[in-house]
Amino acid sequence: MIPAPFDYEVAESVDQAVELLGSRDDAKLLAGGHSLIPLLRLRFARPALLVDIGRMDDLRYVRDAGEQLAIGAMTRHNDLQHNPLVQEHTPILSHTAGLIGDPQVRHRGTIGGSVAHGDPASDLPTVLTALDADLVVRGPGGERTVPAEEFFRGVFETALGPQDVLTEIRIPKLGAAGWTYVKFTRRAQDWATVGVAAVVRRTNGTIDAAAIALTNMGPTPVRARAAEGALKTPDDAAGAANVVAQESDPPTDTSGSADYRRHLATVLARRALEEAISR
Amino acid sequence: MLAPNFPGRKEDAVRRVSITVNGAEHDLDLDPRELLVYVLRERLGLTGTNVGCDTSSCGACTVLIDGESVKSCTVLGVQADGQEITTIEGLATNGSLHPVQEAFKDTHGLQCGYCTPGFVMATVSLLRETPSPSEEQIRHGLEGNLCRCTGYHNIVRAVQQAAGVGV
Ligand SMILES: Cc1cc2nc3c(=O)[nH]c(=O)nc-3n(C[C@H](O)[C@H](O)[C@H](O)COP(=O)(O)OP(=O)(O)OC[C@H]3O[C@@H](n4cnc5c(N)ncnc54)[C@H](O)[C@@H]3O)c2cc1C
Ligand code: FES
Ligand code: FES
Repeated sequence: MIPAPFDYEVAESVDQAVELLGSRDDAKLLAGGHSLIPLLRLRFARPALLVDIGRMDDLRYVRDAGEQLAIGAMTRHNDLQHNPLVQEHTPILSHTAGLIGDPQVRHRGTIGGSVAHGDPASDLPTVLTALDADLVVRGPGGERTVPAEEFFRGVFETALGPQDVLTEIRIPKLGAAGWTYVKFTRRAQDWATVGVAAVVRRTNGTIDAAAIALTNMGPTPVRARAAEGALKTPDDAAGAANVVAQESDPPTDTSGSADYRRHLATVLARRALEEAISR
Repeated sequence: MLAPNFPGRKEDAVRRVSITVNGAEHDLDLDPRELLVYVLRERLGLTGTNVGCDTSSCGACTVLIDGESVKSCTVLGVQADGQEITTIEGLATNGSLHPVQEAFKDTHGLQCGYCTPGFVMATVSLLRETPSPSEEQIRHGLEGNLCRCTGYHNIVRAVQQAAGVGV
């Protein structure tokens, strides 16, 4: 399969990328290409110009920023999986990155591309939503920071404008919190039928705070507030899991019906909460 | 350089790139929509890299870019500018098979052989990152490659032999 024709420019800086995006109608960024190239091949996407930011190694980093980790948008899934800072401070991100696709995909795909693409079946956006990450965006009007929960707007829709570049992801360090991401797939290498991210802070017999977010249970990552509120003690995992699908609006597709997904989310949420509580 | 016979080539979009493949540097004028796998197969005549699915699923097109496994049907040729590519043709040295190739041969890790170049390249990358993998790590590490013949069992044995871990 051969994509429709397009022009191609390599951006050497974020400012240059912003400028190039503004130079044509229907210009698009190219990062790892592992969502975009499949769409180009099928001709579902036919941009006039691709602006390649894949060589901007200065956007490929993980830095300790005090209370937070700062991760450059071009950091690859394989980097997240193996980076010692990510493993230490946000182990849920490294665990989840290791569940994406397969090694070949993880060698190319980037966290920035995953987030910017806005695919509700993607894993990292759910985890970033559960972690209350901040997304740093540079556009023609300068830089702004968007909380993950406000970033995802719909299927393939985000807060990014046509000339915006996502540059950095800032994630609060997890400290002693328990965590997990549970992903259900029908076959190896598949996207999640449903995924559940859980982060739980506890002191002995009480849960101080819980964050639960769901993959592929609606047009964007879904924050399960009702279930978070229902988790007051470590014994509440099953009860909280029962209301986990309350805010969701799951799709029906070849991997499962909406009802099946609601049921699956309940089962996975119980497992995830039990694991996060005991960690 | 081979004649650029790419259908519907967009002349004004063409970029000059320099790609090192199996140690040899090639300067190529590429239409940016040319996928790396077709650059390797049709421009450079390296047909050992197969196309199985063209949809990023099967791994038959796996090559190494700077030592890491990638699906060459999901990379634009222009993205490989300045990088080092290794294909199945680049593994043997002075006529002797690479240990991973040898292991696939010894353990009968193939039947029709269509998936094999991809599996071999994925294995080379896996063993570079995880030199002594467990069986589970091997099975997960080769998740991106499909084989319709072998049932994977002998492929796992081949990887174990190449890694020198318990068979
Ligand atoms: C076989 C296969 C299996 C996969 N399985 C999974 C899976 O299980 N889970 C999962 O989550 N993902 C999966 N993916 C997707 C993979 O994680 C992609 O790499 C990722 O979604 C996109 O990242 P990218 O760097 O490749 O982005 P690209 O494909 O280059 O870009 C994607 C989109 O984001 C835009 N973009 C990219 N970077 C930026 C930026 N910095 N700022 C603004 N816009 C930007 C692009 O313009 C484009 O619209 C899979 C992909 C494949 C091919
Ligand atoms: S041909 Fe590239 S993954 Fe199948
Ligand atoms: S040996 Fe035939 S597809 Fe693997």
